[in-house]
Amino acid sequence: MRNIFTICGKEVKSYFASPIAYLLMSLFGIIFGFMFFSTTAYFVKMGLQSQMMGRQQPMSVNEFVIQGLFGNASVICLFLIPLISMRLFAEEKRSGTIELLMTSPLHDWEITMGKWLGAMVMYLCMILIAAADISLLFAWGTPDWRPIATGFLGLIFQGGTVLAIGTFISTLTKNQIVAAAATFTTNLLLWVLSWVSAYNDAAWGKVVAYCSILTHFEPFSRGIVDTKDVVFYASAIFLGLFLTTRSIESMRWRA
Amino acid sequence: MIKVEGLTKRYARHVAVNNISFEVGKGEIVGFLGKNGAGKTTTMRVLTCFLPPTAGKASVAGFDCVEQPIDVKKNIGYLPETPPVYPDMSIQDYLAFVAQLKGIASAEIPKRVNEVMERTSIGDRRATLIGKLSKGFRQRVGIAQAIIHNPPVLILDEPTSGLDPQQQKDARELIASLSGDHTIILSTHILSEVEQSCSKVIIINAGEIITMDTVENLHKRRSGTEMVTLEVGGATAQAVRQKMEEVRGVARVVASTNSAGAVTLEVEGMENFLVRPELAKAVVQSGWSLLEMRTVGASLEEIFLDLTKAEKKAPVAEESK
Repeated sequence: MRNIFTICGKEVKSYFASPIAYLLMSLFGIIFGFMFFSTTAYFVKMGLQSQMMGRQQPMSVNEFVIQGLFGNASVICLFLIPLISMRLFAEEKRSGTIELLMTSPLHDWEITMGKWLGAMVMYLCMILIAAADISLLFAWGTPDWRPIATGFLGLIFQGGTVLAIGTFISTLTKNQIVAAAATFTTNLLLWVLSWVSAYNDAAWGKVVAYCSILTHFEPFSRGIVDTKDVVFYASAIFLGLFLTTRSIESMRWRA
Repeated sequence: MIKVEGLTKRYARHVAVNNISFEVGKGEIVGFLGKNGAGKTTTMRVLTCFLPPTAGKASVAGFDCVEQPIDVKKNIGYLPETPPVYPDMSIQDYLAFVAQLKGIASAEIPKRVNEVMERTSIGDRRATLIGKLSKGFRQRVGIAQAIIHNPPVLILDEPTSGLDPQQQKDARELIASLSGDHTIILSTHILSEVEQSCSKVIIINAGEIITMDTVENLHKRRSGTEMVTLEVGGATAQAVRQKMEEVRGVARVVASTNSAGAVTLEVEGMENFLVRPELAKAVVQSGWSLLEMRTVGASLEEIFLDLTKAEKKAPVAEESK
């Protein structure tokens, strides 16, 4: 465990020693902040209108604001995560520091876990901004905190999955741009897979749609923690990290 | 301490190292000598468990490089050709990070970091980002990370490549200072470095070991003739040359007068003749002053070129002790 935390700590320091952490947090903050502001402003306007029209039941902030915001956040993350994962191994391979890790008394899986956890910490710092924005709603309203908690749990699962895929892709190249582009393309593909179910009811269509990352996120944003979604994300994370470890091992044979 | 038996490494169809065998004893400094692409780095990478061998066995400190890689890595300090440093870390943070990776207890780390910084003379730059250091300093940081866990075996891949002459000298002195505590293998294509630092030389060419011997034996082995330079005062060049040519066992004499007015001679003896005593006697008996006399071996450069001339020579792995 010590080796994992050593590598994780070094990764986190590296993110914050370069502009990448601040850039990612700023980008996420600006885009999510704008969406949060727009959605909240629209909700307030609609709430006033419905009151004036004599509607008895108040509008739910969870349903009209938070659920949509989590959907937006998950899509923003799909686009930003390649920027977190691109450097994990590509940079080490380019600069030759991978030799330090691979000739130190470490297991390959410890390197994988350390890198992935480091990237997860960076990702968590990014989505903390969303938490800060959403916490403002508690100042002027009484949203149900449970769907918010499950929404963040979903974001963590989804981010973990995409980061595991990105970490694996980063082991395949020395070029960070190539790693980012390949991860971005894979994410995009895993996102649009769900569209297949719109026009194909056959069994294979359902299987393809099941593989979409966003399909499994939606229940979390509605406050539902379904075992099948948790199993999907856990399996995908395990597969990504397993492939990363195999890829590190294969570097020895391919070097 | 290091044992390699029938080691072969192939990359697809290219054979980088072909059936090499050698042993390195405790405390020895061995120079791994060869042209670029001769197989030096590949051999070192196998020894550090960075690459697996295609065939053969390699062991370090009694641990097999394939079967017990973690134990091997604990016993090795490795400096690759490009120092594996992170430019965005300070020297101190980087060394602490490496110390943790190498398994040093947390309480020991600050002490070990200070020790290696002192030993490699980088302590006064401890807070500087590695990205801002000169190449020479980065090399020192690379050596510092290799010795931080005080490993019994050090493997240094071209530790002085790309350094200026002063930095090369410093690096050589640093390596020499490590020799007592560690078994060291260093690869290089700078021959003078081997002469100055190493007790034993392994010359490798096209993936095969051509020879393995001490530097001294290599000099002797090249030819049985003795080359001597002399500086003689109080005589003319012509007179000294004539006198030297008469000495028994002398094959060839080249004489010239230097700027200080003394005569400088290069004398080549006949095979298996020890000419120095006779030369000294002749100078003294003639009433001249013998200002200097020293033997000149063939340079390692010539030996190396001789040995590596035939590209596809059959491997002759021999050792004369």
